[in-house]
Amino acid sequence: MQPPTARDIEIIGRPEASAGVAVALAVASVSAGFPSPAEDYIEQALDLNDLLITNPPATFFVRVTGTSMIEAGIHPDDILAVDRSREARHGDIVIAIVNGELTVKELATTPVLRLIPRNSAYEPIVLREHDDFEIIGKVTGLVRRFR
Amino acid sequence: MFALVDCNNFYASCEQLFRPDLRHWPVVVLSNNDGCVVSRSAAAKALGIPMGVPAYQLKEAIVRHGVEVFSSNYALYADISQRVMRVLAELAPEVEIYSIDEAFLDVGGIADLAAFGRRLRATVRQWTGITVAIGMAPTKTLAKLANSGAKRFPATGGVVDLSDRERQRRLLRITPVEEVWGVGRRLSRRLRLMGIDTALDLGARDKGELRRRFSVTLARTAMELDGVPCFGLDEAPPPRKQVISSRSFGERVTSLAAMRQAVCAYTATACEKLRRGRQYARSMSIFLHTSPHAGTAYYGNAAHGSLPAPSGDTRDFHRLAGRLLDAIWKDGHAYVKAGVMLHDCCPMAPMQLSLLGTQGLHASDALMTAVDRINHSGRGQVFWANQGIDPSWTMFRSHLSPAYTTNWNAIPCVR
Repeated sequence: MQPPTARDIEIIGRPEASAGVAVALAVASVSAGFPSPAEDYIEQALDLNDLLITNPPATFFVRVTGTSMIEAGIHPDDILAVDRSREARHGDIVIAIVNGELTVKELATTPVLRLIPRNSAYEPIVLREHDDFEIIGKVTGLVRRFR
Repeated sequence: MFALVDCNNFYASCEQLFRPDLRHWPVVVLSNNDGCVVSRSAAAKALGIPMGVPAYQLKEAIVRHGVEVFSSNYALYADISQRVMRVLAELAPEVEIYSIDEAFLDVGGIADLAAFGRRLRATVRQWTGITVAIGMAPTKTLAKLANSGAKRFPATGGVVDLSDRERQRRLLRITPVEEVWGVGRRLSRRLRLMGIDTALDLGARDKGELRRRFSVTLARTAMELDGVPCFGLDEAPPPRKQVISSRSFGERVTSLAAMRQAVCAYTATACEKLRRGRQYARSMSIFLHTSPHAGTAYYGNAAHGSLPAPSGDTRDFHRLAGRLLDAIWKDGHAYVKAGVMLHDCCPMAPMQLSLLGTQGLHASDALMTAVDRINHSGRGQVFWANQGIDPSWTMFRSHLSPAYTTNWNAIPCVR
């Protein structure tokens, strides 16, 4: 007998999108001659989120295990930003599901559909129509922290 | 024209999202304290596992069919929900978030509704990985029915445009009256006695009669079934009148010390919610009770108290909560649940209270803001010592999946 009003569901809090750490960048460049006094000002605070995330609702982060992409500069323990809304094309690095597992590979659409590891010790995965696979999204960024 | 967008098997779908090995697998999600099934994947439905079945009855299904069981992971569901809602907000002019997995859209002025619905569905699927069903109709009540049609009949491709009057009548004729939005089981029994068996019967009934014998709301629902919009898009819900924080205990609470910790923790949560809504509260109530099914003597009670002035300060409510608990606590019982409610909420407006001394007020607001900021930063947590450090009364969540999208240490791995 409840009247049609909104159900009482409390959406729990999550970190604000703006919780990213802002990094101030001084725009003055080192050059000979007199520096312009205006260049002493800090132009804007940089948010690393702007660099990594263009479409927030469609962007997820994953962590790399294994060395199948080491020659593309993707190392174990790197964090990848994946944009599900970006259409993956030939030559893009993508996240895909193959045999029920998440994998990062380079997408090749010609001459046949393949997922190519960037590690000469690995063989490309040829995708056939009846295979259980799905391209999840395009890798758009990489985060690596050094000790 | 309205659209209702509803996520399919939402909690189970969230669990499958980062477990590709479980994409076609029977998956169920349990309620608080791993009580009973609240969400089922398509494969779990196909096995005949009913909604609401207690967890202990699943043992056979787990052994025989390998059903995968998860505790409710609200951090994950809330994150995926806000992603879905954000996609909808980008593609539709106006969105009303109706629940964690449903939203009404205003789709007036869109020429090809079916094509719009298909595009919306494909975009949500591509961007978030969540599959939705979409029902579109001239009223919210009809949109709700169109949505269940989209879910029930796979041939619709998950999208039903019910703007055509003849299609509306065909669907209403096969819809039992209890399936209409806002018509419950008890109401439908009375309606059936009057010969109202289907949604079509209800829509055709005299609205004045329905208003006299039942309620204005039912009369409006009937008008909506008839194609006359009565419920608009609720764009700005009024600020909440109460804030509630309550949970069942993982283990029964028998000592006053443990209960005090639990009540203090709920109070802290409620106060944080209050501040997030930029509100103060003037009074609070607390309640506690034993299990009504345990067979032992049942005890349940509640207490209510007021502060001298509205406040958003956790410490004020902790002091009050302590006094309220002392008033209703009884030794010798095994309590299963307690909760806290804040009442008489009003918007934060420190200026009005300047006579009481702005100095103190600002210091309190600043402290609470600092506490909330630290807790939201993800870098650390501060909490009130009276909540206890390793409390025994927290929830059972023995099948909890990782916080894939809200904790850097829990993000999915790729090879």
